[in-house]
Amino acid sequence: MKRPFKTRIKTLKIDGIDVGAREDETLLELAQENDIFIPTLCHLEGVHDIGGCRLCLVEVKGTNKLLPACMTYAEEGMEVTTNSERLQMYRRQVLDLLFSERNHVCSVCVSNGHCELQWLAGKLGISHVGVPYLYPQLSVDASHRFYIYDPNRCILCTRCVRVCDEIEGAHTWDVMGRGTDCLIISDLNQPWGTSDTCTRCGKCVQVCPTGALFHKTKAVAEMEKRRDFLPYLRTMREGRK
Amino acid sequence: MSTKQTLATVWLDGCSGCHMSFLDIDERLLELAVLADLVYSPLVDTKEFPEMVDITLIEGAVSSEEDYHKIKKVRAHTRLLVSLGDCAVTANVPAMRNRFSVRSVLERAYLENADLNQQIPVEVIPSLRERSVPVHQVVPVDIFIPGCPPSNDTIYYGLTELLAGRRPDFGTMTRFGA
Ligand code: SF4
Ligand code: SF4
Ligand code: SF4
Ligand code: FES
Repeated sequence: MKRPFKTRIKTLKIDGIDVGAREDETLLELAQENDIFIPTLCHLEGVHDIGGCRLCLVEVKGTNKLLPACMTYAEEGMEVTTNSERLQMYRRQVLDLLFSERNHVCSVCVSNGHCELQWLAGKLGISHVGVPYLYPQLSVDASHRFYIYDPNRCILCTRCVRVCDEIEGAHTWDVMGRGTDCLIISDLNQPWGTSDTCTRCGKCVQVCPTGALFHKTKAVAEMEKRRDFLPYLRTMREGRK
Repeated sequence: MSTKQTLATVWLDGCSGCHMSFLDIDERLLELAVLADLVYSPLVDTKEFPEMVDITLIEGAVSSEEDYHKIKKVRAHTRLLVSLGDCAVTANVPAMRNRFSVRSVLERAYLENADLNQQIPVEVIPSLRERSVPVHQVVPVDIFIPGCPPSNDTIYYGLTELLAGRRPDFGTMTRFGA
């Protein structure tokens, strides 16, 4: 996310370390630059941030609110904490809710071993899910010639929506409904294979962090996704302006 | 009377893969046998769960009435209860039926997909509960070991730590679906 004005330098503290930041830099970018790990799921380099998943929440001295690092700009004199017990507890709860809201069965999932949600659960030490699972009834959409959309594994990060809109310019995906009824839909809530707008570029499949979007002809071991194209495309475009 | 610690393993709704992975500890089982006695398990003969067991490993989700009563009893007679593997920890594959009614699952299995002798069994096979659930949704669980199945090294590490009176920290050794 870029602020539309000229850059000045701010000095602040992250986890007690003195750091310098451009003022168009988010706390997340700043942390990553300084090798400080902040968990993220909806953030995707190359498209704009929405602060949706709340995994990147951090504490900033002087405010009681927790702030999403991907949406908060560095300010002069800030004191940021990225990994307190309170934050760990909330992050754990977010993952609990993500796992329990849909039907995640990692052992038989196409993305087993290549999934960001699964990886994060391991990284954050989630050994079990603390709330009851909901087991929603959701049907798989295999109508597309190349790809499959399985909402049972969707975490509603909207990376697919943003990449299709902002990078591919097709805007095939969108969001429908609220709360636990919320769903990613293609075009006017129709089977993906019948979509008029989809160019079959596959960008959404590559950026999906889970096994919700995948390639029809790929086996589990090959399900590794490729995201490197995105920042590259972005830089090329910005350079052209 | 031996002063060794006691170990039990219980098989609920799982594929026995976690027990296989446990056996896969291979020659290190001998080291474990020095530290603990296996007093109840599908691998030994004892029919009744003992009065008190130090560590019990549970494989499988709680799916049937039998599972339910068994886990209640096991919990009451166990000091440290361990959910071993994804089926015990998340209900995993057994829970994939939860989106459908028990009736429709049984009809699918025993009527629609059966070529011969189409009938839903009423004897011997324990009746299914409404949902397959993780063990910790039925009784308190002390230690969780995700994985499908957790590797032999993971199980060995977990057991040796527990037998030494420490709480194992599995770190990145295992995860859901591992
Ligand atoms: S999408 Fe990820 S978390 Fe969900 S079942 Fe697949 S591997 Fe597991
Ligand atoms: S394949 Fe390309 S055009 Fe089609 S929905 Fe995905 S990102 Fe959009
Ligand atoms: S389909 Fe994938 S990329 Fe799209 S919202 Fe769901 S999890 Fe995110
Ligand atoms: S990464 Fe910041 S809210 Fe999702």
